[in-house]
Amino acid sequence: MNAKALFLAITLPVAAFAQGFAGLGSDAEGFATPQPDPQFSFPADHGAHPDFRIEWWYLTANLTSDDGTPYGLQWTLFRSALAPDEGDGWTAPQLWMGNAAVTTPEDHFVSERLARGGVGQAGVIADPFEAWIDDWVLEGDWQNMRLTASGPEFAYDMTLTAQGPLIFHGDAGYSVKSAAGQASYYYSQPFFAIEGVLRLPEGDIAVTGNAWYDREWSSQPLADNQTGWDWFSLSFDDGNKLMGFRLQQTDGENYTSATWITPEGDATPFADGALVATPLALNDSGVPVRWRVELPAKGVDVTVAALNENAWMATSIPYWEGPVTVSGTHGGVGYLEMTGYD
Amino acid sequence: MTGAALQALLSHWWRNPLQLFTLLAGLALATALWSGVQAINAEARASYDAAAATLGEAQYDRLARRDGLPMPQSTFVRLRRAGWLVSPVVQGRLEEVRIVGIEPLTAPFGIAPVAPSEGAGIAAFLTGAGQIFANAETAAQLSGLTVIITPRIAPGTAVTDIGIAQRLLGKPNQIDSLIVLPDQPKGQAELGDIAPELSVQAAQEGSDIARLTDSLHLNLSAFGLLSFAVGIFIVHGAVGLAFEQRRPVVRTMRALGMPLRRLVVLMGVELMIFALIAGVIGVALGYVIAALLLPDVAATLHGLYGADVSGTLQLRPVWWVSGLAIALGGTFIAASGALYQIANMPLLAAAHPRALAMAAGRRAVILGTAASILLAVAVVMIVTVNSLVGGFIMLAALMIGAALGLPLVLDRILALAGKFAKSVTAQWFWADTRQQLPGLSLALMALLLAMSANVGVSTMVSSFRLTFTGFLDQRLASELYVRTENEAQSAALVAFAEPRTDVILPIQSARSRIAGQPAEVFGARDHATYRENWVLLQQTPQAWDTTFGGQTVLINEQLSRRAGLGVGDEVILQGTPFAIAGVYGDYGNPIGQAVIGENAFASLYPAITPQRFGLRMDPAAVSGFVAELENATGIPAAQAVNQAGIKALSLAVFERTFTVTSALNVLTLAVAGFAILMSLLTLASMRVPQLAPAWAMGMTRRQIGGLELLRAVMLALLTAVVALPLGLALAWALLAVVNVAAFGWKLPMYLFPLDYARLGLLALLAAGLAALWPARRLARTPPADLLKVFSNER
Repeated sequence: MNAKALFLAITLPVAAFAQGFAGLGSDAEGFATPQPDPQFSFPADHGAHPDFRIEWWYLTANLTSDDGTPYGLQWTLFRSALAPDEGDGWTAPQLWMGNAAVTTPEDHFVSERLARGGVGQAGVIADPFEAWIDDWVLEGDWQNMRLTASGPEFAYDMTLTAQGPLIFHGDAGYSVKSAAGQASYYYSQPFFAIEGVLRLPEGDIAVTGNAWYDREWSSQPLADNQTGWDWFSLSFDDGNKLMGFRLQQTDGENYTSATWITPEGDATPFADGALVATPLALNDSGVPVRWRVELPAKGVDVTVAALNENAWMATSIPYWEGPVTVSGTHGGVGYLEMTGYD
Repeated sequence: MTGAALQALLSHWWRNPLQLFTLLAGLALATALWSGVQAINAEARASYDAAAATLGEAQYDRLARRDGLPMPQSTFVRLRRAGWLVSPVVQGRLEEVRIVGIEPLTAPFGIAPVAPSEGAGIAAFLTGAGQIFANAETAAQLSGLTVIITPRIAPGTAVTDIGIAQRLLGKPNQIDSLIVLPDQPKGQAELGDIAPELSVQAAQEGSDIARLTDSLHLNLSAFGLLSFAVGIFIVHGAVGLAFEQRRPVVRTMRALGMPLRRLVVLMGVELMIFALIAGVIGVALGYVIAALLLPDVAATLHGLYGADVSGTLQLRPVWWVSGLAIALGGTFIAASGALYQIANMPLLAAAHPRALAMAAGRRAVILGTAASILLAVAVVMIVTVNSLVGGFIMLAALMIGAALGLPLVLDRILALAGKFAKSVTAQWFWADTRQQLPGLSLALMALLLAMSANVGVSTMVSSFRLTFTGFLDQRLASELYVRTENEAQSAALVAFAEPRTDVILPIQSARSRIAGQPAEVFGARDHATYRENWVLLQQTPQAWDTTFGGQTVLINEQLSRRAGLGVGDEVILQGTPFAIAGVYGDYGNPIGQAVIGENAFASLYPAITPQRFGLRMDPAAVSGFVAELENATGIPAAQAVNQAGIKALSLAVFERTFTVTSALNVLTLAVAGFAILMSLLTLASMRVPQLAPAWAMGMTRRQIGGLELLRAVMLALLTAVVALPLGLALAWALLAVVNVAAFGWKLPMYLFPLDYARLGLLALLAAGLAALWPARRLARTPPADLLKVFSNER
């Protein structure tokens, strides 16, 4: 889920302090960099890695109410470091940003929080796991989790139950992002069942559905010439899942990557070029909200369409993120995130 | 050849230094008044903005401990984690400078000197040695610290990151208050459950008076513009006269082969040089005017808000640019007609008074038509206009229309007077006056504008002062106001004051929306102070009884106008309906306001406790009380505001405004008089052929001179008669149209007949003085000169 890396590193204003450091494509001064053949250690790796420059805890969910209305929700906590150490108090060089959203077929509610590390307003503890910024929380034992967020117009309180294993992208969690070798550590939990209540202006709505959780951290994940990002997390009706991303490059070429996930939790990575994603239609703001997504190796040729074309995240760094429906060779639902279109 | 031509053109001014002086003085004066007023306005606004932006005290609710002590940093985290969007502030003094520590990531937009979106700036602000922001004066006081100088920070204050401020002030992990952001999320916990030791300090809406002065700024701007218009008329007069007199020179130069185009360009260049010189003088003069006024404005701001305001004026480059631009633009407008005439003048046409008068007569018809159209537009707009821009267009149409129409009106009056004249002398007097009118009309227009602007100024400023003092009486009826920092201080104050004062009036308010409009709700204690001092524009018979009883509400004029609410309508406060029992005038307040009874307020807004108190007592006892209060309770005298003190300070500013207004009156009238003098002097030399026959038929030169004087005074009188209603219309438009459009409330208009009479006399005096010398010259014209008229030897 490199989009976060992309905009955190390149466009996130809070992260613009990174200008004081090296430019993104160059060496990460003093920061650790992802290495091939990673050895993850849990529960420690559920927590923060302050020696890496950027990191996120990211959850999206496709939901349905009792009357069959589809909804989507997003919960994201970003960490961005000014320097590779944890620090304490106001001098801690760790900054945090939370984004939360609820998407309905008609509306899209967004809220954002900013915080500094070191004083307790935001942070992540690995064991027992808790990731928080203000009153927004993701906590639990990875079997059963709780998720909350709130904004002026919405709030939600959800419970999550894991129904499958963690999935490691790329080479056992080492996910390459460019031909030049930029990479991140990247794993997911795409098998969460989710239920809870959405508090919206029209009232409280009980919903159930599936959630997809992503974890990624890095220090210099993108090449200089990469400007935007389209990311798909698709859950097909037959139980298979597909994660795919397409990095836009200034030379007009794209760098793609994909992971095919079976219902049993077996993951197959696909290198650059295996996945083809083609925009089909733009919304009024010029953001592609209909896509053709192909993974010929798995016989996938589907159309991905936004549930609500106006799922624009009007946050410090604006981007598009919202639930999608899938049709074609496979039916299903999913989430789409697009950056580089503002 | 160009050089020689320029020399020939310029030589006119050396021969007529008075005319040059008129031109430069008129333009410089116009620019000075305009740029001076702008400077004061800009400086005062910058001060308000800096004060407001530094702390946001006027804009946001705050949380603080009831006992006034700092709270631990963990309280901030506890509140955030309970869904309260609050931002921590720590403050204290360091070497006389107020250090304010803020947290830019959570602070409301605009509070921090750097925004999270300002890229590299925020990294430097948050990390390493950090950054301290202050203005230049304050920076000089902070020895040993590296300070980034910015005018955006209020004087005497330095803003830095909370971590750095805690270190500088020796307050580790401590927070003094929490700014409450306007948009709070759904489902946050109750404050009493998370931090019962904290109470909400409602956003200070005490800037009513600042908004009232905003209105004054606007009106001053309007008069700055009008003064400029007067100046432009004078310049137009001077330029027109000079060009008229230079027709022979132009004719000669063209006859010598000078191309017309180059000649016109040269004359334009010449004028632009004058405009630049006058513009520079004007901006400098405006600076002086502003510098004289500003200390009082600063003193008032300090007295009213305790906010330090820089008393020094910064000569900003933008003033120079705008001042010079307006001088150049004004000259261009004033001179374009004259240049056009020169460009289209037949080669050998020479100045000829009668021909001039005939041509002017034709022009008068055109001007009259234009005037009627403009006045019609103004009349239509008076009824329909509802925007600020519309208001100013209406003012412009009214003033220009009236000025353009003046010659026609005077011509009609003179013609009428001529018909009723019995004696030959009288008939000749009226006819001769009519003949002179075209030559004098520009000067008279200037006089009209000057007089009506002065009538408008007097009316506006005096009405303003009456309203302002009335408003202070209404709103600041208590003899003493005391602000408390926390509930402990409030309790101490009440305990101390109860036996020593007539009554304690808590002042408490909550922000709300009423009928979709942003508004404040005040809870008032039942007391005669309100019943006796507040002016209700509409009311039910028992308005105060039912309001204090908790059944009804009183709303201000702004809310009434904007929401279309009146007595008998209903508003909803916190879900509870209240009938409107009255509407009160609330001058200066931009937003809606409602007053309900104290008990009703307490049940609607239980979290809000009063932190301002009005104390009624013997005015003589106030200063002693304040001193005792500080000794007994520790509430510093700085937190007490003596109503009489506020009033005195406010009035001091008005006194200064009056001084400037009087100076403006005298100056504009003097310049208008000067224009009359110049016109008469010019006409005098041309008029000998017309006077000679009158002399030959037996009028003495003394009689002729006397009639000249009488004529000038009579014309000034007629102009004054037109100017009075025009000035009143102007004042009315500013107070009732422009003010309503700009601020949502109408400023009542009061009339000051004595002022107008004095002004009229001044105008007659100016005209009389202006005519004295030309009249004397005519009276002393050597008989030989008069005889020459008949022998064609002129």
